[in-house]
Amino acid sequence: MKIPKELRYTESHEWARREADGTVSIGITDHAQEQLGDIVFVEAPQAGRKVAAGESVGVVESVKAASDIYAPIAGEIVAVNADLAAAPESVNEDAYAAWMYRIKPANPADLDKLLDAAAYEKAASA
Amino acid sequence: MTLKTTPLNAVHKASGARTVDFGGWDMPVNYGSQIEEHHAVRRDAGLFDVSHMLAVDLEGPGVREFLRRALANDVAKLKTPGKALYSCMLNEEGGVVDDLITYFFREDWFRLVVNAGTAEKDLAWLGRLRSASGATLTITPRRDLAIVAIQGPKARERFWQAYPATRAATEPLGPFSAAQVGTWMIARTGYTGEDGFEVILPAGDVVPMWEKLAAGGARPAGLGARDTLRLEAGMNLYGQDMDDATSPLDAGLAWTVDLKDARDFTGRKALERRGQKQQFLGLLLTDSGGVLRAHQKVRTAQGEGEITSGTFSPTLGKSIALARLPLGVAVGDTVHVLVRDKALAARVVKAPFVRNGKTLVQP
Repeated sequence: MKIPKELRYTESHEWARREADGTVSIGITDHAQEQLGDIVFVEAPQAGRKVAAGESVGVVESVKAASDIYAPIAGEIVAVNADLAAAPESVNEDAYAAWMYRIKPANPADLDKLLDAAAYEKAASA
Repeated sequence: MTLKTTPLNAVHKASGARTVDFGGWDMPVNYGSQIEEHHAVRRDAGLFDVSHMLAVDLEGPGVREFLRRALANDVAKLKTPGKALYSCMLNEEGGVVDDLITYFFREDWFRLVVNAGTAEKDLAWLGRLRSASGATLTITPRRDLAIVAIQGPKARERFWQAYPATRAATEPLGPFSAAQVGTWMIARTGYTGEDGFEVILPAGDVVPMWEKLAAGGARPAGLGARDTLRLEAGMNLYGQDMDDATSPLDAGLAWTVDLKDARDFTGRKALERRGQKQQFLGLLLTDSGGVLRAHQKVRTAQGEGEITSGTFSPTLGKSIALARLPLGVAVGDTVHVLVRDKALAARVVKAPFVRNGKTLVQP
């Protein structure tokens, strides 16, 4: 189970990374992709949408199951990774490179309230 | 509840299998990538542990007559020893108790292979039918046997490379035929739409066989690949595409119900009274926006239908499904499937989608 130290996590298996421009990239964790198996469809949210923390914003589907993607923090969706629609398997190949969308946080400090790597590792192996 | 395990369970775990509870059994769903396992079966050879399924031996003088009444297909078709027949076993209401394969070996010995999740129910039902008929026969569940399937265009060749002594007896086998080779039963049957064998053998022999076939290039494949393969091949899955409340006529299984003569099999009267109410057809998703799954509703010009099995087809690179649709819907029609909050367009097609490595539907 790969859990990079510098990222933040949710119990619903999203990872979040603060970018240089202050936006936050969101994807699903390596543990999540491993549980789902071969991913064949990713539906990202529309840019411009305002979201609340915990809101369902998209879907990942593998051969065997569909799983919602949630917004870890409140804010506005400012970018989506269009490459994933054509190559959903890249989530299996490298879950932390395959970002799904970016949020401009309503409150930048919210990111620090998410799980750190140690806490996520505990949550994911529970 | 403790899950039941097959004699290969430790071998699966040691090779990194991810396992799931399947009908009370701890079974491998994949050994890494389900899609790669699927392709291995379409292109070369895959290896499945299906020891959770149960072989049931029926022995005694009246077995053939008993099965002619117990099954919706007619075992009178089994004339040559080793021949096999796919059939439903129905309840009095015409619902499907189970779907199974019957092998004929001798007038006083037939073997059924039944689904794992229904095995106990099947044994109870067979016992009841035996009491009702007064037939003299023994019903023996063979939990002492394991079952391995090797499937794919190169499956038989790889099996013979591993076990050259079996070749003479099994090379002449046509589809749906089996041979006894020592204590092994080797059948040219399967659940993938590809050529290959299913081997029923003493549980103690199965680990060495598995290891030898895997070392010889047959790729271990889990229930995940087994499901996408059977769906592409247009084969029904019990509990999903039909069950105790479903008529075989509404589940695309009319071809297995033999009404040719006046044979009085269990469920016949109900089937004839009720007739066909729905049709069972394939769907190919033409929109993007998700994956077809069981229980999604299908809107058609003739009314609403429902998907019974859906998945992403690795061979077609598109989502496919099997669905029960209103009578009057025709192959080629465009219908709409409710996937979350969207109605996605799908084309009605005739299953199978893929057989013997060839795609049979236009993309």
